[in-house]
Amino acid sequence: MNYEAIVIGVSSGGLNALKFLFSYLPENFRIPVIIVQHINRHSDSNWIKILNNLNSIHIKEADEKETIEPGKVYIAPPNYHLMIENDRTFSLTIDELVNFARPSIDVLFESAAEVYNNKLIGIVLTGSNSDGTKGLKRIKNHGGLTIAQDPATAESPQMPASAIASIQVDHILSLGGIKDLLIKIAGDID
Amino acid sequence: MISKDISELDISLLLEAIFQKYGYDFRQYSQAHIRRRIINRMVLSGLEDISDIQSNVLNDEAFASKLFQDLSITVTEMFRDPCFYKSLRENVIPVLKTYPFIKIWHAGCSTGEEAYSMSILMQEEGLYNRTIIYATDFNQHALNKAKEGIFSNKMMKEYTANYQLSGGKESFSKYYTSNYDSVIMNQSLKKNIVWANHNLVTDSVFAEIHIILCRNVLIYFNNDLQNKVQSLFYESLINGGILCLGSKESLCFSNLSEEYSEMDKNQKIFKKKYIENEL
Repeated sequence: MNYEAIVIGVSSGGLNALKFLFSYLPENFRIPVIIVQHINRHSDSNWIKILNNLNSIHIKEADEKETIEPGKVYIAPPNYHLMIENDRTFSLTIDELVNFARPSIDVLFESAAEVYNNKLIGIVLTGSNSDGTKGLKRIKNHGGLTIAQDPATAESPQMPASAIASIQVDHILSLGGIKDLLIKIAGDID
Repeated sequence: MISKDISELDISLLLEAIFQKYGYDFRQYSQAHIRRRIINRMVLSGLEDISDIQSNVLNDEAFASKLFQDLSITVTEMFRDPCFYKSLRENVIPVLKTYPFIKIWHAGCSTGEEAYSMSILMQEEGLYNRTIIYATDFNQHALNKAKEGIFSNKMMKEYTANYQLSGGKESFSKYYTSNYDSVIMNQSLKKNIVWANHNLVTDSVFAEIHIILCRNVLIYFNNDLQNKVQSLFYESLINGGILCLGSKESLCFSNLSEEYSEMDKNQKIFKKKYIENEL
């Protein structure tokens, strides 16, 4: 399967989880990765710099109307929802909070599912709420690949546990397992 | 449960029908946003098929009005992005002080929170008596609410914090009167605000403006529509006039980016360049 995008939803404990993943993803990792990390609305982008220093994959905040490109990692800006258009560009909105969050994981996942269908990988990582469950379900219904972090290995187990409770996810893995699977999938494409 | 996928064509047909019947033009809005709002409306109204929404919109004006509220953008707050207002005070107010009369346009003001914020700022800077604020939106329901100036009390804690972070000089509570769970903004703040129905998509220039604020509206539009609205702003601004966009918006998709200089890059404050040799 030629996957065209990976969406990741992550909340509390997210910085450590993302740091781990991006320390190990190879430089030639081509599938674009799009991330919603729940974050304080006034926070600056320093934490993205931390991730960027881990390796040479380019990690940036998603800009309005920006075209999604292979080999890049995009992060939803604080206080905006992030959505994907049919032409593979980003849209931002200031719509109401969803699951008490803006950006919301469900909003990103649902719009990504509509665009990428079965060429999408959705991943729910550590977090202490249930954002992402509805979105992962939509990805599953559109034929995408669904992954949840093994709650036993998550800093905050509730978010992946919520997803697992309501969806037959394809893989339940530790961060190490997720990293290995992504590398394998990306390698199969080449 | 929504029975089947909603295609791009389904959405275009619905938006075309709305435009033909009601004159509201959502055809160049971001598709992802429209799709999400339509699905929400279908779930709330218990509709299973996109064709149901089409016939309801055409035959039931109450339903249509609900859908227009869904599709328009009504999320706003007072002193949203305090750093932006701080920059207004520091960088823009000194320019405005040089004018004998100041015309401000809040384009897409929704329920008016930002227009009231601007009123407060101009009062504190001693400019209010020579200011007129045009606050416009195409959503009459939102405009009516803006005109009333009644907001939920539970938002005030957050607005007060925003106000203080923005460099506010007073106690924020002096600008409103609390009444149980709501607050009403002071009459003096409304004195120089003109609330008017204006549609950015279909209406044109109505005045010569010194400063336009249009924050987090253009993100809902596609590139063509953004360009069109940017031209409207450019034509409305005086030479040296100021354009304020949302923190994630830019001029870089517009044909006019060369026609402005940056006053504050981070806060998205731009100044229209002087046109030479114009008689």
